[in-house]
Amino acid sequence: MIQPLSDITIIDASSYISGPFCTKYLADMGANVIKVESPQGGDVARRLSPFYQDTPSSDGSGVFLFLNANKQGITLDLETDTGKRMFRELIAKADVLVEDFHPDYLSSLGLGYEDLSAINEQLVMTSVTPFGQTGPYIDMQGDEIVLLGMGGPMIHTGNDNREPTKYAGSIALRQGGLLAALATSVAITAMDLRGTGEHVDVSVFEVLAGSQDRRTTLMLAHQHVQEVFGRRAVGGTIASGIFPCKNGYVNISGGGVRFEGVCRMIGQPELLEDERFSPSERLLEENAVVFNVLFLEEWLADRTMLEVWQAAQKEHVLAGVIYTTKDLLDNQDFQDRGVWQEIDHPNTGPVMYPGRPYIMSESPWSMRRHAPQLGQHNEEIYCEMLGYSRQELVVLYQVGVI
Amino acid sequence: MTDLPLSGVRVLDMTVVWAGPYSTMLLADWGAEVIRIESTQYPPPTTRVPAHPSAAQVTVGKENKLWNMAYPNWDPGPRAWNTQPTFNAHSRNKLSMTADIRNPEGWEIFCEMIKISDVFIENNVPETMEKLGITYENLSKINPNLIYIRMPAYGWTGSFKDYRALGLHVDAMVGHLWTRSYTDTDMSERGDIVLADAMAGITAAFLVVNGLRYRRKTGKGQLIELSLAEGFIPFMSDAVMDYTMNERVQESNGNRHTSMAPHGCYPCAGDDMWINIAVATDAQWEGLCSLMGRQELVTDERFSDTLARWHNQDELDEIVIAWTKDKDHWELAKQMQDQGITAGPVLNSRELLHDPQLRDRDYYHPLTHEESGTYDYNGPMWKMSKTPNRLRLPPCRLGEHNEYVYKELLGVSDERYKELEEAGHIGMDFIDSIP
Repeated sequence: MIQPLSDITIIDASSYISGPFCTKYLADMGANVIKVESPQGGDVARRLSPFYQDTPSSDGSGVFLFLNANKQGITLDLETDTGKRMFRELIAKADVLVEDFHPDYLSSLGLGYEDLSAINEQLVMTSVTPFGQTGPYIDMQGDEIVLLGMGGPMIHTGNDNREPTKYAGSIALRQGGLLAALATSVAITAMDLRGTGEHVDVSVFEVLAGSQDRRTTLMLAHQHVQEVFGRRAVGGTIASGIFPCKNGYVNISGGGVRFEGVCRMIGQPELLEDERFSPSERLLEENAVVFNVLFLEEWLADRTMLEVWQAAQKEHVLAGVIYTTKDLLDNQDFQDRGVWQEIDHPNTGPVMYPGRPYIMSESPWSMRRHAPQLGQHNEEIYCEMLGYSRQELVVLYQVGVI
Repeated sequence: MTDLPLSGVRVLDMTVVWAGPYSTMLLADWGAEVIRIESTQYPPPTTRVPAHPSAAQVTVGKENKLWNMAYPNWDPGPRAWNTQPTFNAHSRNKLSMTADIRNPEGWEIFCEMIKISDVFIENNVPETMEKLGITYENLSKINPNLIYIRMPAYGWTGSFKDYRALGLHVDAMVGHLWTRSYTDTDMSERGDIVLADAMAGITAAFLVVNGLRYRRKTGKGQLIELSLAEGFIPFMSDAVMDYTMNERVQESNGNRHTSMAPHGCYPCAGDDMWINIAVATDAQWEGLCSLMGRQELVTDERFSDTLARWHNQDELDEIVIAWTKDKDHWELAKQMQDQGITAGPVLNSRELLHDPQLRDRDYYHPLTHEESGTYDYNGPMWKMSKTPNRLRLPPCRLGEHNEYVYKELLGVSDERYKELEEAGHIGMDFIDSIP
């Protein structure tokens, strides 16, 4: 076996972001993922920006191309009797189904977990939806910002005197997808051990509510002190925050036990003797501001991001640089470590994508194919895997089943 | 209880701060025996500390409502390291042992633990591990089938190998800080988030589970490396590919969206109450106009179609704010959802703790901790139809499981146990000199 999931076949009936992000991680782990799209236009993610050369097209979405690389693609209309039968045939040969429909949708088609597990008792079915398969919110619609506000730490994100802010792009939906990839992997383990599959219910709302990005900690803190924590004020903490420097901004966390290192970093160890900056006095906002403005920012003003970062590291001060996407792509270390992956696609030619997020010494991450064009693998899957003839595919295409 | 899928897997856990502990929480929740190896002799960075918070620190924490100082009733108690919310929030279902692995005797104990573990996980600075002798080369000699997963901030190679970082620094380096938050203030006023830890934590658990499957199928352990920064990059793919496809450097769009309008976070009645609204279609806009009692806006040429709304978002936001600002966020959300409009309240901790959906799904499980009390903790993060799962153990106290680990797992005699206590390996209290 080449990769951990090389012997696993996954039918991916999901679209948009969370489900495809889940199956991307599973495909990258070696699984054979067959993406099922509607013959009428396919995955809605094909319509998400950015587009290659800013030209909207169904094979030009950077979101779709990234999320669906390493997968095969077929089309199937699940709402036709023929389509339902073919879907059952796929399920009979698969190990995993990933889907993201409304909790009632597949059962209304006779394709719910009960129906499908009767065909294939080993089937792991992962449902990843905004609010889960049960409960009073199942009919609510949840998109990125709404889920981030309800489940995620949006109430804690931003400044205390302003509105809460969201993350960039569709990060919360992806977090739900990543968790679904973990949940599916655990369910595959259970299937290996017991010989039967089960229905895995992932609620993005719950994933965010249980996220370490401040939600879990603040939930416990809230119960400890009955306080409702909002957003923090920016500034006022000694040697901590985002500060301008010569050619950009740096992020420094130099309070507490690291304050001594900050004083050495700026070449003024004598400030440790200054009574305004004693361990108890420097906790006061007025003294923190004096230090930040008069000493730290003064020192930062004629140093570059990289110079500051290097000086901070020398004193083991926690710090970092504020990068744009260009800075990130230009960074030599990331390039040398091989985090970018060129993928050739008929519509775009070779384009650089985010590549391996991790290194596995024995079962390396691999990129095997570009994202599928709509219905690209119909023949391979329907003829070679399910035994339909090419003539039958012509019939199915004409009536819109594929 | 039925066996959980990861029952029988032993994970030796030398993780610190957030990313590592979050990943071992996920593994422990699904049955792995996670044993934290800690020490009473030196402070783990940003974990369980401050060990001995001063009275001034506690007072400042309470006055400024610092959540990392939110000990039960703002009182750290005699063992602050056992009541820290940032630690306890991710430490249920785990065991804690202590050993000072910096000396030969402690190193011996560490090696014995490596021998009987399936997985070793840590997220320390690479040079710290190297100095201790913790390398894959060394550990795989002791246990050839071991899965060793390390989670440095940037990587075990490269110029930034040993650079210290927290999730917030990683967030900035991968370009997320640049592309999120307010559009009308200076960069220095955007505020920090620590999302990279959560993402790395989930990814690490995913890698461990699949590494274990690979080992079951092939008999081979391996070295896995997950850099916090690299693990975050897939979440930034839109910005990355806008640059590689269009040479565009994406800037923040605040709370706005690339096609929806209105799209944002709007004030509601009450202290720090908000609602998020995301309008994608003309039909949703018409529904919103009817709820606002502003039917005339449907035909107003500034807002009559998607493009017009997208071009006139400042005016649009003012209209929405005028309507939302004196109303209840949940009431509005329900009205809008009934009209098919995607909307939801921004929930604070109190609301989330009592949320009807989470309560209906039995999301929170109470656990009683001997030193901090009884609280609700987020339960397992997903549900499996044939595998009921409840939280089993409260957050582990420092050294709480020394007896079990030393005596039952390592077969240490009572006499030897005492010696190890006297030598500073076994204990439940940080030494006084740790701040």
